[in-house]
Amino acid sequence: MLEIKNVSKTFNAGTVNEKRALKNVNLTLEDGDFVTVIGGNGAGKSTMLNAIAGVWPVDQGNILIGGKDVTKLPEYKRAAFLGRVFQDPMNGTAATMGIEENLALALRRGQSRTLRVGIKNNEREVYKRLLATLGLGLEDRLTSKVGLLSGGQRQALTLLMATLKKPKLLLLDEHTAALDPKTAAKVLETTDMIVNRDKLTTLMITHNMKDAIVHGNRLIMMMDGNIILDIRGEEKKTLTVEDLLHKFEQVSGEEFTSDKAILG
Amino acid sequence: MNIISLVNALPGAVAQGLIWGIMAIGVYITFRILDIADLTVDGTLCTGGAVCIIMMQSGQNVWVSMAAALAAGMLAGMVTGLLHTFMGIPAILAGILTQLGLYSVNLKIMGKANQAINVDKFDLLVSLRYIKNVPFYKNTILIVALTIVVLIFILYWFFGTELGCSLRATGCNDKMARAQGINTDFNRVLGLMISNGLVAFSGAFLSQYQGFADVNMGRGAIVIGLAAVIIGEAVFGKIFRNFGFRLLAVAFGSIIYYFVLQIVIWMGIDTDLLKLLSAAVVAVFLAVPTWRSRYFSKTFRIFVKLAGRGGM
Repeated sequence: MLEIKNVSKTFNAGTVNEKRALKNVNLTLEDGDFVTVIGGNGAGKSTMLNAIAGVWPVDQGNILIGGKDVTKLPEYKRAAFLGRVFQDPMNGTAATMGIEENLALALRRGQSRTLRVGIKNNEREVYKRLLATLGLGLEDRLTSKVGLLSGGQRQALTLLMATLKKPKLLLLDEHTAALDPKTAAKVLETTDMIVNRDKLTTLMITHNMKDAIVHGNRLIMMMDGNIILDIRGEEKKTLTVEDLLHKFEQVSGEEFTSDKAILG
Repeated sequence: MNIISLVNALPGAVAQGLIWGIMAIGVYITFRILDIADLTVDGTLCTGGAVCIIMMQSGQNVWVSMAAALAAGMLAGMVTGLLHTFMGIPAILAGILTQLGLYSVNLKIMGKANQAINVDKFDLLVSLRYIKNVPFYKNTILIVALTIVVLIFILYWFFGTELGCSLRATGCNDKMARAQGINTDFNRVLGLMISNGLVAFSGAFLSQYQGFADVNMGRGAIVIGLAAVIIGEAVFGKIFRNFGFRLLAVAFGSIIYYFVLQIVIWMGIDTDLLKLLSAAVVAVFLAVPTWRSRYFSKTFRIFVKLAGRGGM
């Protein structure tokens, strides 16, 4: 479903702040893979997701989604294939617009925007039904401005928007990091529910090792712009935090002195 | 200070306020919906007036001339939009560059700094002379008011369409908009075109109304537009929630601005100081949201309340 071939990205090339954020990264996701991504600060996790989403052009390599080479497509065109949820709850929704208006924008992802009416009446029933599955009472507040919602509610709504039109790939960039633990757990639960229901191919960055182990069928760890671990299948199912730390030490040749390196 | 002279001046203030109201609605689209302070409008207002007057002088129909003014304004908006998106220049600077360039363009359109049009020789749609003692269907206030109502209906419809909604999303959160597959660059250019088209349309009205187009007629237009937007929101913000009514509030804001201006002039202020006064008033109103959050936070309000109870 997703193929990243030999992708590199350097920020601020030629300056003192030069940062080689991705170094010849290769990754292939099968249909229906739910991959969790862990790694320390500056490991390249978010950079990899942004490269896939097309926030900026990569320096080299190719990115294929569903067999189609999207390397040269601008961000808004790639959006046709992608559902995205960001770390900051403010980023995923339009605060001054209503809940139903946000959903209507998401429903039209990948279509050209015409002069037809922005929300059709029959859409509202669909929105109500889907909002009810979140269990947050949002189904009765269709016209409320999104700016009035809490961070958790906004992330749940963004998740719904990202998957309203089934994406070929769902990108979750630490989407629970800004939430309190209870809300984060609830949003993760919703994530599992939607991913399993729609059998979505998913790439989820998390800074919580336990979450990375519990969720998904595959786990990758990044360090210094490289993927240094790729655990899948039976091995992933039986994985523990200790196993993960042990593997990290083996691969990196460093002792795992500070959990900040991974948890940060 | 003769109160009769003030009363006599008020219909003119309403007419001018309404004409500038069209311009202010254009400013609302960039300033509030796209979240861009677009300074192009200082040049576009004159462009609209110049195109309209020159075309009428060469024998064109008033409607054709005004449509051409609208198109010229949209073209100017497109230039600013492309400077901003395609060339990556910050929006405020892109607007200033276009505005400066338009000064020359406006001079070239008119051939000189000022072009007059005689209301007796040409079939003007609006004029200073059509305020009183004309059949009601020729009354400038009525004509401009009707134009505003029609424009608001069109804009209300447009911003409810898929494209219009995507434009609102672009101004509100462009990161989200791109993630939802919206071409934010295209939308910014489109928004600037609509806005400047309206401003030029307003300029076409204004030049007919005052009987001439002048290369300096747009100086400080952005400030008047912003003043109208802010006054409209301050006075009607609590009552008007619907988008269409918000646009109406902007037009009302513009009328209030010209009312206040007339009163200030009537009170005998040195008219050289008017622009300084406008700038100061707009500056203070623009500061209100910041001041409100900084000095009127919840704790501060409670403090004020308690102090009030203490009889202070």
